[in-house]
Amino acid sequence: MEARILESRKKQVYEKGQAPFELECNKNSLAGAVSQRACVFCGSRVVLYPIADALHLVHGPVGCAAYTWDIRGALSSGPELHRLSFTTDLQEKDIIFGGEKKLYQALMELIDRHSPKAAFVYSTCIVGIIGDDLQSVCKKVADLKGIPVIPVQSEGFKGNKRAGYSAACNAMFTLVGSGDTAGISPVSVNILGDFNLAGETWIIKNYYRQMGVEVVACITGDGRVDELKRCHGAALNLVQCSGATIELAKMMKEKYSIPFKRVSYFGIEDMSRALYDTAEFFKDIDPDVMKRTTELVRGEIKVLQPALKQYRQDLEGKKAAIYVGGAFKAFSLIKCFRHLGMKVELVGSQTGTEEEYQEMAEMCDPGTVIVDDSNPAELAHFIKEKDVDIFVGGVKERPIAYKLGVGFCDHNHERKEALEGYIGMLNFAKEVHSTVMSPVWQFTPRRAEKHAQSSKGE
Amino acid sequence: MLNQVKENKMRGGPDPYISTTNACKLCTPLGACIAFKGVEGCVPFLHGSQGCATYMRRYIISHYREPVDIASSSLGENDAIYGGGPNLMQGLLNVMDKYQPGLMGVASTCLTETIGDDMPMIVRQFRKEFENMDIPEIVMVSTPSYSGTHMQGFHAAVHALVTQLVKKSADHGGINIFPGLVSPEDIRYVKQICCDYELDAVILPDFSETLDGAIKEDLEMIPSGGTPVSSIKSMGGAKMSIELGLCADQKLSSSICLEKEHNVPAHRVLMPVGLRATDKFMDILSQASGKDMPRNHELERGRLIDAYVDSHKYIFGKKCVVYGEEDLVAGLTSFLVEMGAHPVMVATGGKSKVFEQSIKEVCQGMLSYSPATLSGVDFYQIVEQAEELKPDFIVGNSKGYRIAARKWNIPLIRVGFPVHDRVGASRIRHIGYSGAHELLIRIVNSLLDKKQTDSGVGYGYM
Repeated sequence: MEARILESRKKQVYEKGQAPFELECNKNSLAGAVSQRACVFCGSRVVLYPIADALHLVHGPVGCAAYTWDIRGALSSGPELHRLSFTTDLQEKDIIFGGEKKLYQALMELIDRHSPKAAFVYSTCIVGIIGDDLQSVCKKVADLKGIPVIPVQSEGFKGNKRAGYSAACNAMFTLVGSGDTAGISPVSVNILGDFNLAGETWIIKNYYRQMGVEVVACITGDGRVDELKRCHGAALNLVQCSGATIELAKMMKEKYSIPFKRVSYFGIEDMSRALYDTAEFFKDIDPDVMKRTTELVRGEIKVLQPALKQYRQDLEGKKAAIYVGGAFKAFSLIKCFRHLGMKVELVGSQTGTEEEYQEMAEMCDPGTVIVDDSNPAELAHFIKEKDVDIFVGGVKERPIAYKLGVGFCDHNHERKEALEGYIGMLNFAKEVHSTVMSPVWQFTPRRAEKHAQSSKGE
Repeated sequence: MLNQVKENKMRGGPDPYISTTNACKLCTPLGACIAFKGVEGCVPFLHGSQGCATYMRRYIISHYREPVDIASSSLGENDAIYGGGPNLMQGLLNVMDKYQPGLMGVASTCLTETIGDDMPMIVRQFRKEFENMDIPEIVMVSTPSYSGTHMQGFHAAVHALVTQLVKKSADHGGINIFPGLVSPEDIRYVKQICCDYELDAVILPDFSETLDGAIKEDLEMIPSGGTPVSSIKSMGGAKMSIELGLCADQKLSSSICLEKEHNVPAHRVLMPVGLRATDKFMDILSQASGKDMPRNHELERGRLIDAYVDSHKYIFGKKCVVYGEEDLVAGLTSFLVEMGAHPVMVATGGKSKVFEQSIKEVCQGMLSYSPATLSGVDFYQIVEQAEELKPDFIVGNSKGYRIAARKWNIPLIRVGFPVHDRVGASRIRHIGYSGAHELLIRIVNSLLDKKQTDSGVGYGYM
């Protein structure tokens, strides 16, 4: 297959060491480029979806709701309303006469049926075009039903996924500040940008509990409407997956003077840094917090290191490619692979910002390729050129790797194994090991010869 | 038993639901993309915002577990206001540059339908503007997602391929087969059957390779396989068309279109699932080829009846619920009643006018009643109605998992689209004697497994 990077995409690909860092990003996907990206609706749905006691109604034709029905692994410890797929399923006549009446009736029906704590109403492309007044319908229903009914301005075409994150943050911000903050500890945080995939938020929450830090709200993994309402009572916001929720943190800082820190719960360094940064923040009001944190981190690493060692023995020197939604996650993944003795040859994201890519470039070894808003042709090209052993991405990337005879690790929202925290690092190592070391690759045509040669060499 | 179905609660009844919860259907452009994937050298192209293409890719990939590239015109806000023409043209150029496709299958979306983009005009303009370039075939289909289901989109795309590509052609003695949305394995099997009858068949679409490809030396940007465009063009010269499935609207029926436009006699048959429906299919193939049923199929037929006999006690009277695409559900129901199972409810998210009639016909003489037949329903309604019918097993796509396995602890036999919580969706065989045999084994063994697991005694022989 010939490498074809479309002329107008050339500035979105950078190889470290070739020239000073320069990369175009955060622009609309190129028509016909088969971008791996989704849309504004997707962005807002990703962020809000794990709020488990809210009703999530997609106002649009059936597809938008059907394709997002329970595809993600966000778990709830209680209600599971978020795992159902609600839609107004607009029909032709609704498009002609407007969908407001149907939206109103659907909301009334669903709120009566499920008694949610709040309702989010997602606008889709078509609703933006026909101009349904979501605001007024939502307000009317909210007044009648006495719960927050929040329009999410997520028309698919109004930008890219990042715009959807903003829409979600704006929607959530309407809840913040409406609840009672009595009884919240001064040593307290909100966890932002964690979606409790495969129960990951529970792992993180447990660490904070051990440190003596109260978690006021998980935004949005295992999320609850009441938690969002009172989350302005927390002393600190910890923001992971910064693309998704940093805007909410900024709004809270401005209105409620709550500082925020960016964190990542992936890998040993970043996980530990997240806990130490939190402890550092609270050490003046809780002098023992640092000690408890140190004990926690030491204890976890003591268990983890020997377990990792056996995987590292096999993985040393293997090569990896990373293509994920957010750039911040990619940083952690680069470090995770280093811990396993592996080299990252390609790294990219759907929605990274210029500063993030700059940081990424600094972190990478010379020769590493950095891509923004990539597509199957480019990814396949680099996987082959760099001859990687594993590719980290999401469902859409998986068959690209497999067809090229390369292992794959699902590190997007659909994962079923927890990859955060120390236990997550171990799970990650296990998963990487189980695919990189699988005997199946020796039978794939592209790599069969190489395997035959290397086994002869041994 | 059927009186328990609360007719008044059904959508369209006196007290219909307004909202949809867990839809039992997908949108039209998705079906069009799957159909386009079955044409050689084709890159499906969605004229709309980027999300549609990405979501549908993701959805199709999770079923077939194959690379599925769908291009998009990636419309932004300005394009939605001023029209998506420039993006569509730019997108087509970029796809040509990157994929060198033999055909671009362009499907519209709710967005572009509503802003009023005139795709045929834009494409005419495109051809004119770039007349010096080697432009591949472009087939367009209108698939507003607020109108119909993925099945309509599928049929509309096949229909568009036929109306836009088929040329006046000399009689060539071959036949056309429109298999409908069956599995890649089914399509391979149809090919094999035609081969056994020594029939030269054009199958449209044929995604048996493109959506179930062998692993090769390199990733193919466009997977090999698919119905050659030249074969599609020659479909007007066939001696007959066979369309598997009766539920598509006549207006979208490709076999009827060929009959009208090119005098190719149309045979529309029930999707050949089970003995009787396959017999009919085989009869038509015998008619087309002038040959008796080949011996291997005679034997398979005999084995299927043998298996019916061996299994009959395990399945007789077992109540089941079947849901999914209309044609597949009709075929499956025909098969289930042959085995003595009692479908108590058959449901679809689609609204085919002939669905109910099809179900009635396949049950006639086999059941003393007609199963509750629900059209245009979602899973909320299916659960609500089926709960009181207390089925013993469910046959349908993965979407029934929460109800069947989690809630009611009964077997779910996964067939149809999507099957994304198991591997091997591409290799499920539904049609022909051998397809029925494979389904039978899965169904009966699931029931035996449940009986054995639930048994306090732990019988070793069942």
